Amino acid sequence: MPEKQSTLLKKKLNSAADLETLRRALLAAKDKSRVNIAVCGGTGCRASGAEAVVKAFREEIAKNGLKVKVDFKETGCHGFCERGPVVVIGPERIFYQHVKPEDVPEILAETIAAGKVVERLLYTDPATGKKITRETDVPFYNKQTRLLLGANGEIDPREIDQYLAAGGYAALGKALLTMTPPQILDEIKRAGLRGRGGGGFPTARKWQSCMDAEGDIKYVICNADEGDPGSYQDRSILEGNPHSVIEGMIIGAYTIGSSQGYIYVRNEYPLAVEHARQAIKQALEYGLLGDDILGSGFSFHITINKGGGAFVCGESSALIASLEGKIGEPRAKYTHMAEKGLWDRPSLLNNVKTWANVPLIINRGADWYAKIGTAGSKGTMVFSLVGKINNSGLVEVPFGITLREMIYDIGGGIPGGKKFKAVQTGGPSGGCIPEQYLDTPVDFDELTKLGSMMGSGGIIVMDEDTCMVDVARYFIEFLKGESCGKCVPCREGLSKLSEILDRIVRGRGKPEDLDVMTDIGAILDIGALCALGRS
Amino acid sequence: MDEDLNVTAVRNIIEGNAGKIAALISSYADKKEELISLLQDVQAEFNYLPQDVLIRISQTLEIPLSQVFSVATFFHAFSLKPRGRHTVTVCLGTACHVKGGQRLVDKMARDYGLEPGETTPDERLTLETANCLGCCALGPVVVIDGTYESQVNPDKLDKILKKYK
Repeated sequence: MPEKQSTLLKKKLNSAADLETLRRALLAAKDKSRVNIAVCGGTGCRASGAEAVVKAFREEIAKNGLKVKVDFKETGCHGFCERGPVVVIGPERIFYQHVKPEDVPEILAETIAAGKVVERLLYTDPATGKKITRETDVPFYNKQTRLLLGANGEIDPREIDQYLAAGGYAALGKALLTMTPPQILDEIKRAGLRGRGGGGFPTARKWQSCMDAEGDIKYVICNADEGDPGSYQDRSILEGNPHSVIEGMIIGAYTIGSSQGYIYVRNEYPLAVEHARQAIKQALEYGLLGDDILGSGFSFHITINKGGGAFVCGESSALIASLEGKIGEPRAKYTHMAEKGLWDRPSLLNNVKTWANVPLIINRGADWYAKIGTAGSKGTMVFSLVGKINNSGLVEVPFGITLREMIYDIGGGIPGGKKFKAVQTGGPSGGCIPEQYLDTPVDFDELTKLGSMMGSGGIIVMDEDTCMVDVARYFIEFLKGESCGKCVPCREGLSKLSEILDRIVRGRGKPEDLDVMTDIGAILDIGALCALGRS
Repeated sequence: MDEDLNVTAVRNIIEGNAGKIAALISSYADKKEELISLLQDVQAEFNYLPQDVLIRISQTLEIPLSQVFSVATFFHAFSLKPRGRHTVTVCLGTACHVKGGQRLVDKMARDYGLEPGETTPDERLTLETANCLGCCALGPVVVIDGTYESQVNPDKLDKILKKYK
């Protein structure tokens, strides 16, 4: 840590002017001539040894007495997880991949001190065989629009000052001090924001019904459960930029008139929990959260609640049961969460990515936001592009991009010269899309038309070696294991389906199996209590 | 037999830490709704949920034992059985699945005699599976006591496990 900038302004922020003064002080303290080094400290890069690289950098910088002043930070996930540990050196944004602790002295001596590039750590474009120096020229990055993920690679999630210097909490100041709740709602509505949790429900409509719902006490909840196998974008955002989620939640709370919020996060994501905790603490210290935020008279508190690791808890009514300390069983939704949710009070439940979009819209305006995407789906979507693909990682693209562009241009195609077979989207509730639909533009409605869905944005690529019956069996097995067992169609239906698929995989399928499976599917569709069974 | 010994040992630990455990439970006195968090704290202490502690939770917080038990058995994160010194979690998320995660589980069954949820007789290893650990680009992923290992194959798994005595 170069210097503790929080000391620049010790008191609580009491107005938008205070916030601006602090931001200017923070920017002034930042030495422009400084070279900056950002090492990815997301869970993905940590799995490939980023912690040792960070330690090596800290030690070398401390002892080395470098001639150049270096601004070193460990940031959130950069997205290109497969190439980790990733190191980006600014201002030129030189991109080094698979960096090991042994490489650190060389990077400091060559790149930092002498301004030379270490060739062997550069990314090689598999298409052209050429080495690429800058992050912005890597095909994986240059076709993306990183609105939500962009800051991930720039700021240390444990330092609120870095978020503030990057313009953080400006939207909060603007919303709280210059806008009325109906104005904010109108902005969200005109932006055309749809819920990023899977269903794509219009966010403004949800907010509106919660605003109109009767009751003095209302809750705001962030769904960071993310049980879908193959998705980790919510974790990446909460880990890498927790303040953007918190800022969105405070704006939402102000809009609907809530004073208490919850972040429901999976226990399997310890780093996300830790960073969200620190972020809440730091925001409280600055008076950006808590009582009388920025002197506006509005108060809001956030509590973190760790889930128990049950897929069904991503379902809204099950999530709320779990928040109440009960087992995560869904209930029939005769009334909407917005009217009767947590403790039977109006509750506004949105996904991590949805909340993170809110400050963007307030800051840059609905008109700007509505220009990105397709007619029915606005903005960008963060996908986790994984499976049998060359460049896997987190990808943020505007709605309307085709699956082919995503898989071949950004993802670099299928490894080993294998043939593409299908792509699975939408998690266990989604479906597999075969090759003939690869040119479909991706948005909520188009994927639904193909019989799949957006879900939380997992895109799993399968090549010719992947057996589709095995994939079907895998998902049914998964859903069977995760079914809470409350309703009969789901509990019994999924067991039966799994039995039949098992038999087919062992080569003992019967012709009538297909009819039975279709029947069970139809029954689940009308009879199951929640989306886990229905889809 | 081994399990009985273990239970006796845990009883002794509970007796030894009675004050600490009582304080932990009492700290949730006005937050009954955070039962799941309390159970997570207890499990962090003992690596599983000892029966005696569940009974104490029910008595101190006046939550029916049936409810404590139903929460403790519903969520994957909890175990009612003592666990080994090291927890090996194999990810079976879709991405890890297509890259061969299941082969690691098969290997554990074949070479270590462990099915998911089981502990070796010498209490060295407990095997668990996860539905997705969110490191999909690096699959198959195995986590041992919180340390992530990427692109693991059966041979590499052997080498890694040697480090955990």
